[in-house]
Amino acid sequence: MNALDWIVLLGTIIGIAAYGTWRTRHTDNLNTYLKGNHSTKWGTIGLSVMATQASTITYLSLPGQAYENGIAFIQNYFGLPLALILVCAVFLPIYRKLGVYTAYEYLGQRFDTKTRLLGAGLFLLQRGIQAGVTIYAPAIILSTAFGWRLDLTIIFTGLVAIVYTVTGGSAAVNLTQKWQMAVIWAGMLTAFVILLLKLPANATHIAGAMGKLHAVDFTPDPQLRYTFWSGLLGGFFLSLSYFGTDQSQVQRYIGGAALREGRLGLMFNALFKIPMQFFIVMLGALLFVFYQFQPDTPLVFNQSAWQRQVQGPAGAEFRALEEQHAVLHAAKQEKIRAWVAAQSGGDITAEAAARTELAAAQKASDTLRKQARDTLYAAAPEAKKTRDSDYVFITFILTQLPHGVVGLLVAVMFASALSSKAGELNALGTTSTIDLWRAFRPLAAHDEARNVRNAKWFTAFWGLFAVGFALYVSFAENLIEALNIIASVFYPPLLGVFLVAFFFKKVGGTAVFWAALATQLLLLGLFFYGKDTVAYLWLNPIGCAACVGFALLFQTFLPANHTNERE
Amino acid sequence: MTKKENNDDSPGVPGFRTWRGVYLFVFGCFLLVVLALTLFARLYA
Repeated sequence: MNALDWIVLLGTIIGIAAYGTWRTRHTDNLNTYLKGNHSTKWGTIGLSVMATQASTITYLSLPGQAYENGIAFIQNYFGLPLALILVCAVFLPIYRKLGVYTAYEYLGQRFDTKTRLLGAGLFLLQRGIQAGVTIYAPAIILSTAFGWRLDLTIIFTGLVAIVYTVTGGSAAVNLTQKWQMAVIWAGMLTAFVILLLKLPANATHIAGAMGKLHAVDFTPDPQLRYTFWSGLLGGFFLSLSYFGTDQSQVQRYIGGAALREGRLGLMFNALFKIPMQFFIVMLGALLFVFYQFQPDTPLVFNQSAWQRQVQGPAGAEFRALEEQHAVLHAAKQEKIRAWVAAQSGGDITAEAAARTELAAAQKASDTLRKQARDTLYAAAPEAKKTRDSDYVFITFILTQLPHGVVGLLVAVMFASALSSKAGELNALGTTSTIDLWRAFRPLAAHDEARNVRNAKWFTAFWGLFAVGFALYVSFAENLIEALNIIASVFYPPLLGVFLVAFFFKKVGGTAVFWAALATQLLLLGLFFYGKDTVAYLWLNPIGCAACVGFALLFQTFLPANHTNERE
Repeated sequence: MTKKENNDDSPGVPGFRTWRGVYLFVFGCFLLVVLALTLFARLYA
């Protein structure tokens, strides 16, 4: 990065944060601090919902994942539009009608205090840890790629988010997310256009022939991670949990000028989320084609870790792998050209034969890459903290884009980290204030200034907790993947409780409370003893159905006075 | 929200008189996207 890149990066990131802080510096009204400005329109809400969901992992890791495994991941989002329709039609009107600050406040009104605390507790536990990962995940990749200090990168990102989120609360989060999304789209579109200009004319056909464009798979096999069915059903329940019951999302859409604004903001996401994700995974699939024609395509994309080994005492072993890679890569290029010639010749038999040879060349290349990674991980275990595919897009940015645009793309990574982190901190601070502090100090509810002050302190606390956690987990391995799976273990009981609240009016707090706990035990059992037979997305519909079933069952054994205790 | 809000308020989107219409439109778009992705995968397979 040169001076121009640094000006673009710091000017964008600090400029947006400073603007958000300055515009919302006088926020002292509790409603505005926790729900955002009264005049917020659907466009801001829609972008805010999108920005909270899409963290740096979306923009940095997803292209790498598509580079490695193709675009099948897109199916994970198939349940999202249907879930958002249900949130719009059922969840949102109830939250607005009751005027709640948090989703868990509704559980207190519908059931009882213990169910409200259970919901808030599950959210704080899970989202508090996730807030640490939101900072850690991009920091470790960017610090490795640029040679920055990991701890300083984590602290910088954390402090910037803490300053404007504490100052302006939800109003600042909504305002900054809008501009951060503008930076993200401008950067990603610029990178995409530059990539297109560098590709051969038949790039999409090559990507297809090399198995990167299997967008939809209708195979009904529960062990396959990405299929139409797991995406539709598992993705539906996961999205319903996230958008309907996770305060970091609920807080984005319950404010606003009217019910209409929240609904249209959510429908904006229902329409554009899949196309946006398609654009990101296609970027990865086309990056794959681009690197097939580069003479210096790296064997391992985490070049800083790799080069240290090449120049180290065991360098001969690593250089030998590089030489093998150069031979295989050149042979594969020949096979691609042969396939292109056969395809344009229109000879079906020749095309099929060339495709088979190309697949064999790709398999040999994949085997060597795996061997190279294993060798690297054996020599440098700290390189295992990230996947090599996470470095594909950042390598393209650093080596292929002009100065200024590099700064813009790094700004995209920081903007996405800040936007999702700010949404999380805002929700953690709000839930701590409303569902914990105020639940135990009901008399303090009328002191608005004290409520705002406490919300600010809680937001700062969670921000510092996230920074501390990110600094600590840098010593752990494979944490990011583990936490994504844990979300599928802990979300379903929470969604089950909300579905019972909305659709089964006869079930009371005691029944649903014990049902949620029983479901949690069931999911933990399935996760530890059945993970080889059930892909983790399926835990969402299973857990949700179990919670509703248990609640109905328990209610039949409970006396009538346990039904609708607060109604 | 102190002011009462009507759940069935008009969406205020040109061409749509009810929210049910908006939801059906979004659902229809989702089906079209899945169909387009399936055709895309078949075309380039």
